[in-house]
Amino acid sequence: MGIREILRVPDERLKQVSTPVARFDAVLQLAITELEETRLAGPAAVGIAAPQVGWFERVVIVDVSTKKGVYNHGHLILVNPEIEHWEGYEIGREGCLSVPDYTGNVIRATRIRLTAQDPRGKPLAFEMDGYEARAVQHEIDHLDGLLFIDRVVSRRTDLFRRKVYAAQGAGSGAGGMQPGARQGP
Amino acid sequence: MLTLVGEDRPGIVARVATTLTEGGCNLGEASMIRLGGNFTIMLMISGERSGPDLERLLAPVAAELHLRVHVDPASGGLHRHLVPNIQVRVIGADRAGIVAAVTTALAQTGFNILELESDVAGDAERPVYIMNIQGCSEQTVESLRDAVAGLHAQGIAVDIAPVETLIG
Repeated sequence: MGIREILRVPDERLKQVSTPVARFDAVLQLAITELEETRLAGPAAVGIAAPQVGWFERVVIVDVSTKKGVYNHGHLILVNPEIEHWEGYEIGREGCLSVPDYTGNVIRATRIRLTAQDPRGKPLAFEMDGYEARAVQHEIDHLDGLLFIDRVVSRRTDLFRRKVYAAQGAGSGAGGMQPGARQGP
Repeated sequence: MLTLVGEDRPGIVARVATTLTEGGCNLGEASMIRLGGNFTIMLMISGERSGPDLERLLAPVAAELHLRVHVDPASGGLHRHLVPNIQVRVIGADRAGIVAAVTTALAQTGFNILELESDVAGDAERPVYIMNIQGCSEQTVESLRDAVAGLHAQGIAVDIAPVETLIG
């Protein structure tokens, strides 16, 4: 048990693509416990991904239930998460435990459909939107070696509130804006 | 704080940055943008050089690229960021006084502007003024909306939204 060191930019290991979890054993449970302890020990982060502590398997933790007025599924431990559908897009401001003292505007899909496994390997499926969907996309990016600073958009492009085009999400819509992401539609 | 303004052309940033670096200066936070055909640079730099010394350093490149240079001593430093919690979007038919009206209403609530950008869209006959502000406020979104409510009657649409910064 213990709090692990958080990798910070420009650590090259943050660009590594993580491998799927194959063994749902006690070692995995312990690593998840340490990941969560590390998340809770730092500034108020709503999520953390395994690669941020130098563990390069596909595990993320997301919990946006502490944010007032945000629709959510509670505390989530997502093993081998896959986004299967993106819909709409919007700009929001993000920061990261691995990028201290910097925030920037990032485009994310408004709604996603997600599959994953729980820490014992049981299949999970979620539909998410808004802030929770943003948090999950941010964390899954870590599994693919991407940070939010790889996606920051010019602040001056955010002059208009973005419209949501439902039809785009089905095909190349927001998914098309995920360069380098592993889970293409 | 170094300010440079001149007619836009390719290579300004590269020449200025190279001159400063070779002159032993460290470059910090910067805002550089093209405004109405001019290129504008506001740049925090640190180093041993005095203000007049900096102006002498930049004089040749400023003369060549037709840049006006201004140097102010500033006590800034790194890691002094404030994170905005409110976004204000303003759209109105372009006319005198939009910025004054909106920012005065906000200032009366104690709103602190961190960033303001504005542009004129539309065409020559019907210009539209668009302004985007990000800042900090301790007031609720509702009370900020109340503070700018009177502007709607003047044809100025003001949209106030919370900025929820996600840390992950």
